[in-house]
Amino acid sequence: MITTKIERDVRRFRQIVRGRIRKDLKKYMSSGELIGRKGKDYVSIPLPQIQLPRLRYGDNEEGGVGSGEGEPGDAVEGDGDGQGEAGNTPGQHLLEVDITIEELAEIMGEELELPMIEPKGHRNVVAKKDRYNRVSSEGPDSLKHFRRTYREALKRQMTAGTYNPNNPSVVPIKKDQKYRSWKEDRRPERNAVIVYMMDVSGSMGDEQKEIVRMEAFWIDTWLSTQYDGLETRYIIHDAAAREVDRETFFHTRESGGTLISTAYKLCQKIIETDYPSSEWNIYPFHFSDGDNWSGSDTRECMRLLKEDMLPRVNAFCYGQVESEYGSGQFMNDLQSAFGEEEAVILSRIEDKDAVMESIKTFLGKGR
Amino acid sequence: MPDENDRLWEIRYRHGLPPELKEMQARVEKVAASAGLDFFPVVFEMVDPEEMSMLAAYGGFPTRYPHWRFGMEFAQLHKSYTYGLSKIYEMVINTDPCYAYLMNCNAATDQKMVMAHVYGHCDFFKNNMWFSHTNRKMIDEMANHATRVRRLVDRFGAERVEEFIDCCLSVENLIDIHASAIRRQPRDDDDLVESLRQRAAEGEEVDLPDARHFKVEVDRSYMDSFINPAEDVLARREQALERSLELKKIPERPERDVLGFILENAPLHGWEQDVLSIIRDEAYYFAPQGQTKIMNEGWATFWHTRLMTEQLGTAAEIVDYADHHAGTVAMSPYKLNPYKLGLELFRDIEFRWDTGRHGRDWTECDDLKRRKDWFVDERGGMQKVYEVRKIYNDLQFVDAFLTEDFCREHGFFAYGYDRTSRQYVIESRQFAEIKEKLLSSLTNFGQPLIDVVDANFENRGELLLRHAHTGADLKMDWAETTLGNLVRLWKRPVHMTTMMNGRPLRVSHDGTGGSRTWLDRKKKSKPADEKAEEKTS
Repeated sequence: MITTKIERDVRRFRQIVRGRIRKDLKKYMSSGELIGRKGKDYVSIPLPQIQLPRLRYGDNEEGGVGSGEGEPGDAVEGDGDGQGEAGNTPGQHLLEVDITIEELAEIMGEELELPMIEPKGHRNVVAKKDRYNRVSSEGPDSLKHFRRTYREALKRQMTAGTYNPNNPSVVPIKKDQKYRSWKEDRRPERNAVIVYMMDVSGSMGDEQKEIVRMEAFWIDTWLSTQYDGLETRYIIHDAAAREVDRETFFHTRESGGTLISTAYKLCQKIIETDYPSSEWNIYPFHFSDGDNWSGSDTRECMRLLKEDMLPRVNAFCYGQVESEYGSGQFMNDLQSAFGEEEAVILSRIEDKDAVMESIKTFLGKGR
Repeated sequence: MPDENDRLWEIRYRHGLPPELKEMQARVEKVAASAGLDFFPVVFEMVDPEEMSMLAAYGGFPTRYPHWRFGMEFAQLHKSYTYGLSKIYEMVINTDPCYAYLMNCNAATDQKMVMAHVYGHCDFFKNNMWFSHTNRKMIDEMANHATRVRRLVDRFGAERVEEFIDCCLSVENLIDIHASAIRRQPRDDDDLVESLRQRAAEGEEVDLPDARHFKVEVDRSYMDSFINPAEDVLARREQALERSLELKKIPERPERDVLGFILENAPLHGWEQDVLSIIRDEAYYFAPQGQTKIMNEGWATFWHTRLMTEQLGTAAEIVDYADHHAGTVAMSPYKLNPYKLGLELFRDIEFRWDTGRHGRDWTECDDLKRRKDWFVDERGGMQKVYEVRKIYNDLQFVDAFLTEDFCREHGFFAYGYDRTSRQYVIESRQFAEIKEKLLSSLTNFGQPLIDVVDANFENRGELLLRHAHTGADLKMDWAETTLGNLVRLWKRPVHMTTMMNGRPLRVSHDGTGGSRTWLDRKKKSKPADEKAEEKTS
């Protein structure tokens, strides 16, 4: 085909792009730039134009000649090169590159050295799927297999001696008919659920939420490539917890106190009702600034975690987003209660730059 | 690997025109020829959008050497087409026969318009003198280049070759667009000077050369003293001696064909030479297209509108045609549309030479009424536009035919970047400024003027380039990286003198990193010069 040659060049170009993304991964992970650029299968990544350097005039040097209305001193209207970040980098066209979510996860996995996740034993659902890979002698006409039918007819005619090579007409009879048929394919499917919990009490500001959003983006990206099916649930809490949709999760701000145990209870309930741990890999993620209302509630949390949650989940991840109001005590409490426990993963996220490190902590254990 | 010839064969067969378009082509060709256009035979091929994007990425050629840049261009073009942001209607390449590609999803009216447009381009390729040196069998040449590069890739590895191609492409604009027109004749005493120089280098005492060398041969001896006056012969003798004693500078005169100079003088490996010469050949092939963008597109548009409205278009097609034509010549405030500018200039030329609005009487007449009603029945318009398409390039075209009336009529202005308001603002509507700005953007096909001035800079075998600063500063970070790429070719540090913010500057790169030296600072630090400055101030 005429287009095969360009494919090689395109492939090479994509390789270069991949290298660029990998190099700038930290930038992407700490800027939240990619959130909102994710579609169903693709992420659209803005890259600085990949250009070969030349000896040429500077961007703002030349000016030019245009036509239209206006007096000297008026701004030139219309979309020219000078749009966008006026001043510093006009003329910097961005190159939008679509890459699949799998590819992005792969790049992230390579760069952060994330291990592939070994799914927990038994936790595989068997999914059934019909595959049309057989042939049978009965079926509906719509599934008739013409080639096989005629081959059958030919075989019959040859054995019967009625086939004449000089007049090669093959006429199938009812007995020769062949039809496509299916077989039920049973294969284990590995499913996972992420339950995001977030403290939305007054002390969590917009910046903290933005960090949680970035964390969630990368966690989704990675885990979605590790499992066949990935579901996500969202819980927000202050002094009470409720389940919300994604949109609400990232945009709600409440005031008032914080009772973390309410969220854990709700999470526990969701897991019990919808996600039997024999079939699901379960990942509760909790983000908070580390303030809890009382010591007794904290004790309640530890009990819930130890007795109900941990036996069921792959890992319980707690991300403490630092804010100027939070005391950060909750993380210390978790640390002292579960210091040795493998399934409890704690990470302190000071600012956006720490997102990459914390993702590495969360996902680096391969659980 | 499939054979290239198979592919060409396949293109011809799979992409040939359906009968109704074949008929259309015959008609357009006939009409174009009768209108006076003179073209190579044109081969039209039907391609689908993906193939069109591919061909466009390859600059119109079915086969190019492997390089990621083509992949990038393809990805962008094709994405932009898929999202409905852009559409390539046609592509035509400067070859004999002339190949043109039609998009198979275009409506018949579009195809007709595109065909008329293509015949305009093809006439231009064939007749414009700036294209006269180009290789009309470039399809084959490009395919050969591709094969050569692929063989090098097989031998030396893809990364190594690609990295070197990147270096070469980074300097591919450093060519001399007039190189094909320059025949450098050795001076008659060059041989003698050379032999004297050699003898001097060997330590021999050099004597004054024989006077006979500098005499013009004369038949009659009594004429000799008139044709070869004694003092003149003597002066020339002395000049020759002086030249022989000068250290031979390389290059002797500043050399604008930087690529050619490097190719001849840099210590390149065989395969590197091969790659560089390929890039250089292709750069020279494409250069005239950069030099004649306005004229070429203007000429093709001039003819498609004329042929479509006068002869080819039917009543049913005219609305669709007008719609598309309007899209082609639409102007944006930021950029002059070459299609529009060229078209209007050609029309203006035709009108002016038809009505005698040129020459001294016309330019000196400042009676508005007389100018308005000016009419001399010359009917030389058509002849003039044909002449213009033959011998001009964009720079000369705009210089000669962009008039004040024309500028005013089309509402042109010059704009520039305003650093305080951080946006582009209209600077002027004065004709002189508009024209100067336009001309400067067309000079040296829009590329900065760079010459090699010294191949043995500071006696260390380093390369010194000179940027002839014409008002606009270079993009300095790129300049440094580009010099870095030149180091890869020259294998020794490379320098370039230029200006930045009005001060002379030398940018250097030694292969590990770039550096900049202000050339005026050093002078100022000298006490002698400071005194001199004090005196003047």
